Amino acid sequence: MQNHYENAVYPSPFHSRQKQHNQLKEWSRWADYLSVPAYWCESMEYFAGRNACGVFDITPMVKHRVTGPDALPYLNRLMTRDVRKIKPGRVGYSVWCNEQGRVIDDGTIFHLAEGDYRICSQEHQIDWFMTNALGFDVTVAEDTHDVAGLALQGPTSCAVLKDMGLKGIENLTPFGLTTFDFEGTELMVSRTGFTGDLGYELWIDPEHAERLWDRLFEAGELRGIMAMGSDALELLRIEAGFILAGVDFLPAMEAVRPTHTRSPFELGLGWLVSFDKGIFNGRQALLEEKEKGSRYNLVKLDIDGNKPASQSYVYTPNKKFAGTVTSAMWSPSAKASIALASLEAPLGKPGEEFEVEIYYQRELKWSRVMAPARVVKDVFWDPPRKRQTPPADF
Amino acid sequence: MTKKYDAIVIGAGHNGLTNGAYLAKAGLSTLMVEKNDYIGGATVSRELYKKDWKYSNCSYVCSLLRPEVYRSLNLAKYGLQVVPYGGSVTIAQNGDYIGHFVDPDVSRREVARHSLRDADATVRYDRDIMRQCRFIRQFLLRTPPDPTSFKPRDLLEMLHLGKEAMKLGEDLIYDTMRFYTMSIADFLEEYFENPLVRASHSGSGIIGSALGVMSPGTAYVLLHHAMGDVDGSMGAWGFARGGMGAISKAMHDCFTDHGGDTVAGSGVDRIIVKNGRAVGVALENGDEHYSDVVVSNMTLPRTFLECMDSRDLDDGFLKKVKNFKIRGSSGKLNIALDGAPNFTALEGHSELIRGDMHLIDSTERLERAYDDWKNGIWSQDPYIDMLIPSMTDPTMTPPGKHFMSVFVQYVPPKVNGKDWTDEQVQQFGQTVINQIEEYAPGFKDLILHMEVRTPRELESEVGLTEGNIFQGELTMDQLMFNRPIPGFAQYRGPVKGLYLCGSSNHPGGGVMAAPGANAAREILGDLRKTNTVPEGWLDD
Repeated sequence: MQNHYENAVYPSPFHSRQKQHNQLKEWSRWADYLSVPAYWCESMEYFAGRNACGVFDITPMVKHRVTGPDALPYLNRLMTRDVRKIKPGRVGYSVWCNEQGRVIDDGTIFHLAEGDYRICSQEHQIDWFMTNALGFDVTVAEDTHDVAGLALQGPTSCAVLKDMGLKGIENLTPFGLTTFDFEGTELMVSRTGFTGDLGYELWIDPEHAERLWDRLFEAGELRGIMAMGSDALELLRIEAGFILAGVDFLPAMEAVRPTHTRSPFELGLGWLVSFDKGIFNGRQALLEEKEKGSRYNLVKLDIDGNKPASQSYVYTPNKKFAGTVTSAMWSPSAKASIALASLEAPLGKPGEEFEVEIYYQRELKWSRVMAPARVVKDVFWDPPRKRQTPPADF
Repeated sequence: MTKKYDAIVIGAGHNGLTNGAYLAKAGLSTLMVEKNDYIGGATVSRELYKKDWKYSNCSYVCSLLRPEVYRSLNLAKYGLQVVPYGGSVTIAQNGDYIGHFVDPDVSRREVARHSLRDADATVRYDRDIMRQCRFIRQFLLRTPPDPTSFKPRDLLEMLHLGKEAMKLGEDLIYDTMRFYTMSIADFLEEYFENPLVRASHSGSGIIGSALGVMSPGTAYVLLHHAMGDVDGSMGAWGFARGGMGAISKAMHDCFTDHGGDTVAGSGVDRIIVKNGRAVGVALENGDEHYSDVVVSNMTLPRTFLECMDSRDLDDGFLKKVKNFKIRGSSGKLNIALDGAPNFTALEGHSELIRGDMHLIDSTERLERAYDDWKNGIWSQDPYIDMLIPSMTDPTMTPPGKHFMSVFVQYVPPKVNGKDWTDEQVQQFGQTVINQIEEYAPGFKDLILHMEVRTPRELESEVGLTEGNIFQGELTMDQLMFNRPIPGFAQYRGPVKGLYLCGSSNHPGGGVMAAPGANAAREILGDLRKTNTVPEGWLDD
């Protein structure tokens, strides 16, 4: 493979189909793959995710397979949460830390079968995962290129899958996973996603990727299915209150400045830390932090007015620096200016008031506004259909 | 009797020129004396084959040159352009290779071709190197403190050093202490499993050093090669457009523009000392020039053992100078080529030939190359760091022709304890081109002209003692307040009015211009003149 420089970036297994849909002819890179920022209109694609359904290629997500008799104890040492609670056929969100208790990455744990897990992450992790395998009877491998993935997200997604012939898909509960025979190939479906809405993720052998795409779009034609780019997904995930590695926190493996990293507590993910399961990476440091207090709080801000607060400073009402916004947008679904912000602890309790310094531009003229904002507890978009089983058709 | 100058700088290498430029900028009447009839020292472009065929005869790439110096001396205005080149490649004997690219994803994919795990580990490795770079960079444009002194400025500077170290945090302090004392081979083994991946990172740990990849202290040498940048891109290297001489030319133009005088073509016979203070220089041609400030850009041994009367110096001081480790370990071939060489491994249309190319498979093979040096001969299977600047820089050769810079480790200052003979120099050259021919068949037929340089040539032409390219080994015992020798790390010689501005001083070798700048700041302070030397730009 010495001609690597001829294909320094992989086309996704769905590339031929993405190309057909990509009217804007713009491509971006996501890890090893070509990705599409927007197929024809960011806003239309966003609303597909909230109003009908959108299809997003998640093949570039880094995938690992963990198998063997020690798979569970291995994962329990690696992860902060109690992996015992993720039963076979279930999916769980988790973070993993270094020995300083700082988050290396977050991801999803798919419990495929007893002693068999798939871990999806944003960053490449195989070196860290293998380093941690010492002394465990476990096989850890990265299989990113061996699995093609599509996310189908939005209120008509269940109906589309039913129409595609996935019998009983409506019985799959949130964070459940199951497999189907897809024209002679195994198709794994999980009720997961990055949009905070009803949605599924579909996993298949890359050889059959194009066929899956075609069947999905045939089935979804009358239910508003639309190819969705990464720009629209970014909006959907902020509304859902999901954090993104490299945006809302700095992955510890990349941190040249170690103090710039965050612990799970500092990301509002204390619920993912289980001290009563025994030793895990970062446990000691996190116990100390729990006792002494954290340095930061990651909060959701509801900001007055209509200006998106990207890259803004946050101040207390008496103008003291409080922190910075990590992600922000005007939410078309919540009809509010919303943001995720990292504030200096102990600031950031629900209901606490702040001011956000927003710079905005109108026809090349810059203006600044100090917008009042408050910390909210609940995510900005949390429709009941997300949890409903069986889901409605729309 | 000639005019008395405010300052005389000995040696128009890049540090001497930097030093002179800052002194002249501060309004001092400054004289530059240079032994060669051309300026630049080891930062030079010469036309040895034909007109319009330039060689970067000694130093050949640029990254360490302090951007603060570049800017404050207005080198851009004086015509200097530094153009980055894309990445590097290490070619193995089995025909495979590993490329490192500027784009991190592309680079990752290439490492993953050899080891998926190492591709991942590269993130951690780059992070840790970058942490060390951030720490060291802030001290480059500062005078090291004397840890034994109770002068307020030394105490404050020690405090600053301590504070910056504490800022690293507990784990990083441990990492740093290990890093500075480890061998590059051991350090790389903590990250990578693949021998070729390790080999591709290891060369920077020994370039210019008389140490092997398994010698403790070589991890720091790697850092010394990584702490530079091109336009803020840390660890990146570039070509000075027009060869390395473009740097010294721009510096010299700046110096001249500020009223500096230059006398080139006759070396310093001795530094004149009267009543315990330096008062001028006597040149080999008999001319004498006077000044109360004499700045030596020569190496430490050359300054004190060759250009001063030992009776003007303490015996204890001289003993330390004699013990200064400045061992030659490198050679160089500058080659004019009739066309681009064809490396079998890079066939096709790889861009890698535009970058830094190395011929090595493993750290073990590199260590064996060092064994030959210890045995008093040049490496029979040498480590080669080669570039073809003309692939990037259109000013180096006529179109379609090329200049190849081939840096070679290891080459001893003496062969079996005896001076090099002309015949041996040619044999050494043959060893190197035979090596390249193995990887690029037909290479020999492309050679139009070749300049072969061993430590003998480096010393006789450029004045680098034993041919050590860094003006002294870069090991902990000779770094920071230990460089060049304890008690003399603040650019002042043991004789009043005598200053040192060469790479023998902190922060060491490479075309960095920091020793020259730091020495100028000290001199201007002593003379109570307005400081013209910039502070370092701090990152946060």
